[in-house]
Amino acid sequence: MTIEDLRERAQEERDRQGQLKRRILYCSAAGCISCGSKETAAALKQSVKSSGLEGECEIVGTGCMGLCGEGPLVKVQPDDSLFQQVDAPAAGDIVTRHIVKGESLPDHLVDQSAPFFASQVKIVLENCGRINAESIDEYLAVGGYDALGKALSELEPNEIIDEVRKSGLRGRGGAGYPTGLKWGIVQKAQSDQKYVVCNADEGDPGAFMDRSVLEGDPHRILEGMAIAGYAVGAQQGYIYIRAEYPLAIERLRLAIKQAERNALLGNRILDSNFSFRIDLRIGAGAFVCGEETALMRSIQGRRGRPKPRPPYPSERGLWEKPTLLNNVETFANIAPIIRNGGEWFAAIGTPKSTGTKVFALAGKIRNTGLIEVPMGIPLRTIIFDIGGGTPEGTEFKAAQTGGPSGGCIPTEHLDLPVDYESLAGVGSIMGSGGLIVMDSTSKMVDVAKFFMDFCADESCGKCVPCRVGTVHIAGLLQKIISKNATIEDMKLLEELCIMVKETSLCGLGQSAPNPVLSTLRFFRKEYEELLQPVEGFVPTNTVS
Amino acid sequence: MAIVTLTINDEHLSGNDSDSILEIARQHKIHIPTLCHLDGLSEVGACRLCLVEVEGSSKLVSACATKPVEGMVIRTTTERLQRHRRTIIELLASEGNHQCAVCVVNEHCELQNLAYEVGLQYVRVPYLYPRKELDASHKDFIIDRNRCILCTRCVRVCHEVEGAHVWDIAHRGIHCEIVTGLDDPWGASEACTACGKCVLVCPVGALIEKGTTVAEMEKKRDFLKYIVTARQKREWIDIHEEG
Repeated sequence: MTIEDLRERAQEERDRQGQLKRRILYCSAAGCISCGSKETAAALKQSVKSSGLEGECEIVGTGCMGLCGEGPLVKVQPDDSLFQQVDAPAAGDIVTRHIVKGESLPDHLVDQSAPFFASQVKIVLENCGRINAESIDEYLAVGGYDALGKALSELEPNEIIDEVRKSGLRGRGGAGYPTGLKWGIVQKAQSDQKYVVCNADEGDPGAFMDRSVLEGDPHRILEGMAIAGYAVGAQQGYIYIRAEYPLAIERLRLAIKQAERNALLGNRILDSNFSFRIDLRIGAGAFVCGEETALMRSIQGRRGRPKPRPPYPSERGLWEKPTLLNNVETFANIAPIIRNGGEWFAAIGTPKSTGTKVFALAGKIRNTGLIEVPMGIPLRTIIFDIGGGTPEGTEFKAAQTGGPSGGCIPTEHLDLPVDYESLAGVGSIMGSGGLIVMDSTSKMVDVAKFFMDFCADESCGKCVPCRVGTVHIAGLLQKIISKNATIEDMKLLEELCIMVKETSLCGLGQSAPNPVLSTLRFFRKEYEELLQPVEGFVPTNTVS
Repeated sequence: MAIVTLTINDEHLSGNDSDSILEIARQHKIHIPTLCHLDGLSEVGACRLCLVEVEGSSKLVSACATKPVEGMVIRTTTERLQRHRRTIIELLASEGNHQCAVCVVNEHCELQNLAYEVGLQYVRVPYLYPRKELDASHKDFIIDRNRCILCTRCVRVCHEVEGAHVWDIAHRGIHCEIVTGLDDPWGASEACTACGKCVLVCPVGALIEKGTTVAEMEKKRDFLKYIVTARQKREWIDIHEEG
């Protein structure tokens, strides 16, 4: 296939879709499937058949539509009406009443002018919920693989890296390392073999951004990786994905097969001299394998344990060869950057944190789901406008970002713009995008204990501070929760937290105390209320 | 290979940039405590005792796994480092079942020496008292996991020097354990050559010779020095990483 063939096929698919009277899209991401979207789809098919609309209607399973808390979701094109909580009877109504008779179905119709939709800017998720994730033609029809075609036919590797650098894109795995800089380092490394690795080992509790992208738009990741491979001079890519994402694995496998059949992966991509293969590697359930050095060892079939850096993967990575390692969301941003230019991307967000960020809203929030917002948006807008605030009768207390490596952000910092530096400034991190909201019913010491247990459980056991320190921190938290602790235990707790943070070998241990430290900083009173009274001790009154 | 100048604890020194900070410090008789490091084995950076402060960096770096850079200013004895080192030893003491008074390596134990060095007189965290297995199925040696500190010297010496790879680590986190083969009894291991290198490199009383009693076991590690020399002359196998 050449670029001309590619564009022709995209046009054919657009024509085919244009001839249909209606396209009925139902969400087939893991969230909606779990609340019955397969039954919804069957009911849709049934009533389309009985209404005699088979020739003019198409029923398509898509990726995540965003409003996960209200699933199953169904969208009808071309009028773009979105329906929530569509069970089998409601699915029948959509066909017989909405499509045939033109009624609006107010019980299920979603108001898409609401802030949940209006405040979002979609780049990474532009195709999620719009296309059939299992059809390469649908991806081509929305401009898929155009960027790869452009890169191979019009751009030099240097120019691609320049474009990525100009975009200001920073690593979406959480640390925020400038992507263009990383690509440049790998490109300059001298080696007969280089690798591109996509980190899809998303493991933070409550986070499902990467899963949604992989389930809803897998070709976008393949395209981003192929462009990266061309830019840095690699011919082999790996996607390291956790085994707990069976649907994403299935769709990635299918997507790789489709891309290979159409000369978009494999030898001589799009008739150029560039060859690039992508293989999947499935994780075995270790959180620490999301850490880059542990991840690469795991790909090599060895025990997933981190090792000291430097050397960084960009110098010596997989099998000691220069390796470009980026997160799913980072790769998902590449195709639009190449398509529209780095400056277009840099204009979105803030000067230091450009573009958008996908967040998974979870916890005590009305609109649980997947959102994409421009960087720099205030936390308050995300939680109260987009998320709809906490459930009725409760009050917002804190937002937790960055999962077990992050911290809790209290009410007084709600106007903080969401970017890498601001979040770090209040002791949290951007993280991969999990955002858990807590209300007045949540106990902060319990929250800290939950995350510390998680880290103790997931510690690989290599270095002493993380292996033993996390266990003792969790033990001290339990002692506080069961009201057996004194102020001396609190002091020890803080000292251990700082020690584990400063001395651990890898990011897991270095960030494991963050949930404790940040709750100690903002909710110290909750800790102190649980302590055994000691004579002469005055509890803190101010929350700062 | 190039010569760099650096400052360690206000002393101006020079060193080879292919050596680690630890090696350069030791060449200049500057003491940095270590536990998992052993000359002649690959570095794992796991015990975190050799952490040092580098000016201009907020992060502590492990001296064993970090190469020097021209003009580096390093501190090895700040109050913060000493506090952290003490806590690391404290954590190790709480993790296993260490009873010095009845241990075969009493007075010859690296963990005990470090405890003296950092001034560990009592342990503030609760002892975890894990249930660990002792394996005396080997004809010559015993592994007592109660005293193991998971430094992985045995794993590395067996893989890198002896080439047998009898030892490895099983489980994760606080449940980590050194196992023989696929967690078989040591005596049943067909890979083990009974060379005893693992016993000699073990810093504590976890790997011991049969027939030794309290405070009798002293470990001689000179053999590694000869191997290192041979390696430097490229007369021996290359160093591989820990498995």
